[in-house]
Amino acid sequence: MGRSALFGSFIGGNNPASSTGYAEHPPRVGFFTDTSVCIGCKACEVACKEWNHVPEDGLNFTGMSFDNTVGLSADSWRHVAFIEQPRRSAVNDAGESDCGPGGKAEMRWLMSSDVCKHCTHAACLDVCPTGALFRTEFGTVVVQEDICNGCGYCVPACPYGVIDQRKDDGRVWKCTLCYDRLGDEMEPACAKACPTASIQFGPLDDLRDRASARLAQMHAAGVAEARLYGHDPNDGVGGGGAFFLLLDEPEVYGLPPAPVVTTSDLPAMWGRAALAAAGLMVGVAAMFVGVRR
Amino acid sequence: MSDSYYGRPIIKKPVWEPLDIAGYLFLGGLAGASSALGAAAQITGRPGLARPSKLGASIAAGASLIALIHDLGRPARFFNMLRVFKPTSPMSVGSWLLSAYAPAAVAAAASDITGIAPAIGAAATTVAALAGPAVASYTAVLLADTAVPAWHSAYPHLPFVFASSAAAAAGGLAIAASPLAQSSPARRLSVVAALSEVAMSRRMRVRMGLSAETYKQGTAGVLTKVAEALTVAGAAGAVLGRRSRAASAAGGVALLAGSACTRFAIFHAGVASARDPKYTVIPQRESLGV
Repeated sequence: MGRSALFGSFIGGNNPASSTGYAEHPPRVGFFTDTSVCIGCKACEVACKEWNHVPEDGLNFTGMSFDNTVGLSADSWRHVAFIEQPRRSAVNDAGESDCGPGGKAEMRWLMSSDVCKHCTHAACLDVCPTGALFRTEFGTVVVQEDICNGCGYCVPACPYGVIDQRKDDGRVWKCTLCYDRLGDEMEPACAKACPTASIQFGPLDDLRDRASARLAQMHAAGVAEARLYGHDPNDGVGGGGAFFLLLDEPEVYGLPPAPVVTTSDLPAMWGRAALAAAGLMVGVAAMFVGVRR
Repeated sequence: MSDSYYGRPIIKKPVWEPLDIAGYLFLGGLAGASSALGAAAQITGRPGLARPSKLGASIAAGASLIALIHDLGRPARFFNMLRVFKPTSPMSVGSWLLSAYAPAAVAAAASDITGIAPAIGAAATTVAALAGPAVASYTAVLLADTAVPAWHSAYPHLPFVFASSAAAAAGGLAIAASPLAQSSPARRLSVVAALSEVAMSRRMRVRMGLSAETYKQGTAGVLTKVAEALTVAGAAGAVLGRRSRAASAAGGVALLAGSACTRFAIFHAGVASARDPKYTVIPQRESLGV
């Protein structure tokens, strides 16, 4: 048992498989989602549903551009966001419009395929009382469906709003990073199906190198707004196993700008609770002191 | 105002049923503090105060377990809660705590009422009194250890709000159900705890930042106001009830209702803060210094 098995992933080192206690393990794997080349085809959503037998979650018209999936949920483990916004580069520094056809400033599409981040310090995993959520040898976070008792604690613990309860089933579900496929040395279904290599799968170290190179390329090409999200091992969740290249602020895509694993404050919380419990006990006893019978 | 994705929430709101979980926060607090009160009453020779406290604790503990099991997506898998012990999971810690506490609370009450096995009853009373305050305060960590802005940002004060609220409920039950001659300590407890609950709740809302708004609006806003009014009225009832059973009973019921409203207010504020992405985005933006 690694010390994080006792004290939680937020104390462990930066390789979650080692700090969970795997003596030998394959390299940590993940996704680099380069949203600059996402074309919004939703092949990832379909491939995920087909491979993982994820049930239908409502066929609704939302009016949110081409997004009728709405967000990640128990029954949507990949979600393609569609954002229509005025193209910022269409207005130059002098305030003149770089006009498209018809004299109107062009709009731009932002499309991004979201997924579970498989955090280095995963709140869902930390708070799960049954051990249903576990860290795999690949460093990913997976729910054991035969253990989960549907307590729902992981749902509000996730700082990204990823994991959710399936109502008619009672248990929670999320992306497994295709744990079954990984075991057979196959890449996850979404990455396999992505026609533009927007979703890239591989060892996390390689992906981080690839992402830095891509970012430098985009900055050199004048796309100053390109930025990486979730790649930094020093962020509030110790970096994601899944990270992104975005073209606007994270919240525009429905992502939290600076998520922090809630259990990083847990020692302080236990301290306050212990103090409150002691105060309650002493307080009750004190009420009996000096009372006339 | 910050940008968001079509105004959609960033985090998921809790899937817990308010009646089950806010109800449990109230009942667990009532039980835990009543066990401490009951034990102190017994030690100081006040059986008329000890019995209703112990009985109330055992009923509230039993109802707590029913609420918790009912809220599970898979109630038949309740015992998976005792599959592992994880200090990183307040729910795991709470499950083990309750599995020690609840049988003790029930045994203490059963022995008191039937007179059977007084030695076991005394031991159970002690165990319940030691575990009870932890049962009353750990639930604050249960809520705070989430990404829910109105809960997490309240973590420094929430355990004190919960402990005070639990003590006020236990005091309320005791003054309503025990003879006037023996209930002086419970009366004192009611007043001190009620004032502490109001003061701690206010302090919490002042210190917690942006999501304090959610305690002033909507369902949570109404419940917060009602909780404060009932708690203050209950404290007044506790004082006026020194010579009046009727005033004591009314004060006790007001304290119990006030404690319950406090828990439901906190629950609903959390849900409201999860629904609106601004409570997640704006403080995080500020933490980045932009």
